[in-house]
Amino acid sequence: MNKVIKSLVALALAGGVTMTAQASPEQDRAAFVKYYKDRFPEVPMEEYPNGVYAIDKVGRENWEAIEEFPPYEPFIDSGQEMWEKPFANGKTYKDCFPDGPAIAAKYPHWDKKKGMVVTLPLALNECRKANGEKPLKYKKGPINDLLAYIAYESRGQKIDVKIPEDDPRALEAYEKGKKFYFTRRGQLNFSCASCHLQNAGMRVRTEILSPSLGHVTHWPTYRSKWGTVGTLHRRFTGCNKNIRAKPFKAQGEQYRNLEYFLTYMSNGLKLNGPGSRK
Amino acid sequence: MTRSNTKLALAAGILAVMAGQLAVVPGAAAEGNSALEEGKKLAFSRKKGNCLACHMIEGGTSPGNVGPPLIAMKARYPDRAKLRAQIWDASQANPDTAMVLFGRYQVLTEKEIDKVVDFIWSL
Ligand code: HEC
Ligand code: HEC
Repeated sequence: MNKVIKSLVALALAGGVTMTAQASPEQDRAAFVKYYKDRFPEVPMEEYPNGVYAIDKVGRENWEAIEEFPPYEPFIDSGQEMWEKPFANGKTYKDCFPDGPAIAAKYPHWDKKKGMVVTLPLALNECRKANGEKPLKYKKGPINDLLAYIAYESRGQKIDVKIPEDDPRALEAYEKGKKFYFTRRGQLNFSCASCHLQNAGMRVRTEILSPSLGHVTHWPTYRSKWGTVGTLHRRFTGCNKNIRAKPFKAQGEQYRNLEYFLTYMSNGLKLNGPGSRK
Repeated sequence: MTRSNTKLALAAGILAVMAGQLAVVPGAAAEGNSALEEGKKLAFSRKKGNCLACHMIEGGTSPGNVGPPLIAMKARYPDRAKLRAQIWDASQANPDTAMVLFGRYQVLTEKEIDKVVDFIWSL
């Protein structure tokens, strides 16, 4: 088990051409999945989207009770209103996203023309800007309503992130995200992997650490701690602050690449947003 | 309460000077062993050592289990310097450690680490 971490870490930090020749993203993903399977042999794959509740029996009972009257429901409703309400120019989101609203599984993806990873929140704001509307904030507020509606309509879609081979920058973005995940930072000197890989299932005080597998399936998430729904990048920010590291910008390059890597690791899992957590 | 704390501390003789400061901290001087108490406070405080985040320690509530329980420390670390080194920079013993590098990353000051070490060594 330790060997897998070490080889993943080594892969992540070795850098350079040899690394990409050695481990394809698909090999990374296989190692990632195998690590958790070995660590939690009793947890079936389809449970990982439930986060910590896949491995915390006591927490799960509370959570299931909460999910009977989902706290995120009002946000889905107001998201639907946002989706349907025409912009000042008469157009709607549907004009930008003809397949909408069930489009969550299309993101994040590599955009060759822009040369960057495009996430769903970013695409929504681009649509707004193209139609003369102000962009929404990326961590708190109404973007979460819109995302909640889209997530709800996309439930059951399978994650299938691709790293197109016709543009080497896509693989580079993936590698940067992977490196970010394994890099220790902050005064407390933790990487994402220190907690969510190496110590998944262990307790920090009373909090059980969830596996990273499935971390991206259920956003936005209603957290009782927040008292509202928040985005994935808001959560990244929180975890960065906890280790006394300066958080990066929501929807900046670092978090977008991180999301690209993490979502690739969860390929094959089903979307189940919006979520609720402690 | 403050007054009786002060009295106790005065009785402790040598510690009398420190006790003046400690008396304002609830519980600190109450057990009469204020240096150890100070180490304990540093170890338990979420803002400082927060050792309970990862270690079971006697007297501490809701401990995590990322690290092993800290018990019988003198028996396991007859050499105090070794214990201090572990707390100062856990990556020396284990490069992949999940423990905070309290000294190396200046999460605690040298003085604070000495107090924490004294307390942990007393367990
Ligand atoms: C010191 C330990 C620690 C570190 C380091 C850490 N996290 Fe977390 N993280 C937690 C805890 C505790 C929670 C809440 C319980 C849980 O779901 O694991 C959490 C929750 C999360 C969640 C929400 C999970 C869900 O199911 O909704 C995500 C996503 C996440 N972390 C991502 C990250 C990323 C990305 C990094 C690196 C930038 C990171 N974390 C670093 C401790 C940590
Ligand atoms: C984030 C988790 C974490 C925190 C916080 C933490 N430790 Fe640790 N500690 C560990 C782990 C994990 C180990 C096991 C050895 C290793 O992996 O480096 C350990 C090992 C130790 C050991 C050696 C134990 C033995 O059996 O030999 C001592 C002593 C220790 N820690 C003391 C402390 C003290 C004192 C504090 C607070 C000032 C503290 N630790 C805070 C995670 C932590």
